[in-house]
Amino acid sequence: MFPIKLTGAQIFFKVLEEEKVEVIFGYPGGAVLDIYDELCRHENIRHVLVRHEQSAVHAADGYARASGKVGVCLVTSGPGATNTVTGIATAYMDSIPIVVFTGQVPTRLVGSDAFQEVDIVGITRSCTKHNYLVTDVNDLARIVKEAFYIARTGRPGPVLVDIPKDVQQATARYEPIKEIKLKSYKPVYKPNVKQLQRAISLIKKSKRPLILSGGGVVHARAHEELREFAEKIKSPVTSTLMGLGSFPPDSPLWLGMVGMHGTYAANMATGECDLLIGIGVRFDDRVTGKVDTFAPNAKIIHIDIDPTSIQKNVPVTVPVVGDCKITLSMLNKMLNEDGIDEKELEQIRKDWLFQIEEWKKSKPLKYEQKEGEIKPQYVIETLYELTKGDAIIATEVGQNQMWAAQFYKFHRPGQLLTSGGLGCMGYGFPAAIGAKVACPEKTVVDIAGDGSIQMNIQELATAIQNNIHVKVIILNNSYLGMVRQWQELFYERRYACTYLSYAPDFVKLADAYGAVGLRVEKPEEVRPVLEKALSIPNVVFVDVRIPPEENVYPMVPAGSPITEMILV
Amino acid sequence: MAKERNEKEQKHIFSLLVENQPGVLARIAGLFSARGYNIESLCVAPTVDPEISRVSLVTTGDEFILEQIKKQLNKLINVVKVYDYTQIPYVQRDLALVKVRAKPEHRAEILRIVDIFRSRVVDVSPDYYTVEITGDEDKIEAFLKLLRPMGIKEIARTGPVALARELV
Ligand SMILES: Cc1ncc(C[n+]2csc(CCOP(=O)(O)OP(=O)(O)O)c2C)c(N)n1
Ligand SMILES: [Mg+2]
Repeated sequence: MFPIKLTGAQIFFKVLEEEKVEVIFGYPGGAVLDIYDELCRHENIRHVLVRHEQSAVHAADGYARASGKVGVCLVTSGPGATNTVTGIATAYMDSIPIVVFTGQVPTRLVGSDAFQEVDIVGITRSCTKHNYLVTDVNDLARIVKEAFYIARTGRPGPVLVDIPKDVQQATARYEPIKEIKLKSYKPVYKPNVKQLQRAISLIKKSKRPLILSGGGVVHARAHEELREFAEKIKSPVTSTLMGLGSFPPDSPLWLGMVGMHGTYAANMATGECDLLIGIGVRFDDRVTGKVDTFAPNAKIIHIDIDPTSIQKNVPVTVPVVGDCKITLSMLNKMLNEDGIDEKELEQIRKDWLFQIEEWKKSKPLKYEQKEGEIKPQYVIETLYELTKGDAIIATEVGQNQMWAAQFYKFHRPGQLLTSGGLGCMGYGFPAAIGAKVACPEKTVVDIAGDGSIQMNIQELATAIQNNIHVKVIILNNSYLGMVRQWQELFYERRYACTYLSYAPDFVKLADAYGAVGLRVEKPEEVRPVLEKALSIPNVVFVDVRIPPEENVYPMVPAGSPITEMILV
Repeated sequence: MAKERNEKEQKHIFSLLVENQPGVLARIAGLFSARGYNIESLCVAPTVDPEISRVSLVTTGDEFILEQIKKQLNKLINVVKVYDYTQIPYVQRDLALVKVRAKPEHRAEILRIVDIFRSRVVDVSPDYYTVEITGDEDKIEAFLKLLRPMGIKEIARTGPVALARELV
């Protein structure tokens, strides 16, 4: 059959349909009008109109994290494109597969400082996994296809495709791209067996092993394999912020999160272990603390799909480049075939597991409950109970984020959506919207701060217009709380510019948008109001008045060894 | 690891095969600037395959930095292959064009130096000779040192280009 001629805009949707795209988060403008015009003819693709392009990217990111699929956004040139940069950087730091399509001025005007022209490919080069400017409609199908492929394979990440208006309008013969041929891009999924053997021999000898699980395990959905592995080798497990949800929180082997606001047991175990098995982690400074003193007694096995992560921040004894899921299932298989002597393992790990239990029991996560005060930790514990631990939780950034990470327990990958690497305030609300689109049957809650929520609060309109019933719990301390905490502890309580002396009435504000606003001012109101919020079939904002100077503990001062914690 | 840095800094030449596309050089340069790596010299030209260019790049760093640089370069989608010429025998050449002042009393001396170094005069004007020299860095440095007293007006240098001696 002779292939028919289609416009660039039509080709664009052909590929999106091949990629089974269900939803686009976007915002139109002159330079993408042709694509928007064509969108009307594709009823199978839902479009969620946001109120700011940054949110389009965060929503696509939330959609991707919750569903494991590639998130898609579509925006116009110039300011539309520049508004996406923060969202793209967020996705880049956390390795989230999204594809961002930007309109561009017609090719003949590119480079002439035309109206709403920016070099978005240049601007985003260092915060995308890859990006493209399409200069010929004949390349469009291939590039769009490649963009999806690159975004979701290997170490996932954001890809940007800049499409000039004339390319959208020009016609080309269209044939579905069957095969993607990239000369140099061949992610390694299967690890080197020799390295796995070396790893196993270290594991067998280790008296005090510790597994550190990260975002890579979440992305690869390798949680089942991880559980099997940890139980087999009888090793306790901690995780990074990004790794929460990769290991069952009710397992006796679970230590909680590690790092700056990690649990006492997790941080102490890192200091004392003789073998650290890092899986899908990158040893970020918020995890390692002072890097020279990190896991000082340990040999390190590092499993990651990205070779650049290995030997970047910490010296590694056994580097393993591979996909976390494939690597763990190979390790499990090898351990099975090898026949490990469980009794013997139990014997050599006995003291270690005992010590771990001691740490867990002696210094669990805790907070002081004072008469009449609404403790944020209590709010989150109550939310956990009311949602039976099943809700998808998005967070903003700051204390709210750390309390959410500490006091909600995450049972599955994709359950916690949080800006880990970039620490991007304003992420949570739009990400929650994206997650709710991906998983409409789930309860989706954004745990917010009074500062962060105001960075993308305009998305109330998006949620209402598109019937995306997310819940937002604002832990309102009238402060940029985490920054204030640093000022309190390290800057002699000089609270420079962190007091939010003016804030809108969040209840009225929600109401003004057509959402429901509720307020909690007394501890005994927490449970009933949260119950109500969860049961109302609408977007709900809950303004919870927490003590202004509540802190997050444990805390490791930046640059200190992670075993040196400030405790409650 | 950071601590050991600086002590064992070494000069190092990478040879990259990259897709001959717009923006590739910007990606490479951007990687170096964003991560604080140093580029001493960089030389790009197409290979026998017109879709592929070869980049010869000289950088400095200790072994950890060099390993990171190599991995980061490999990670760029348009970089097809990264050759690291530390472990293997390779040949390396630098080309320089040197415009040197040619006072009548110096001309014979300049020509003698040119001859000894097997370089050539490629252009002559009333006041200047422009000479071309190829060789490894040491040779070029030695050559420049000898010409300097006569007055070097301008230099254009390619920086090293390199190829492995065996096919790798
Ligand atoms: C976009 C952005 N700007 C600034 C910061 C620095 N920052 C980190 S936490 C924080 C305070 C956040 O305040 P709030 O949302 O009220 O959360 P709280 O810590 O009070 O729970 C700030 C300003 C950031 N992370 N992101
Ligand atoms: Mg606050």
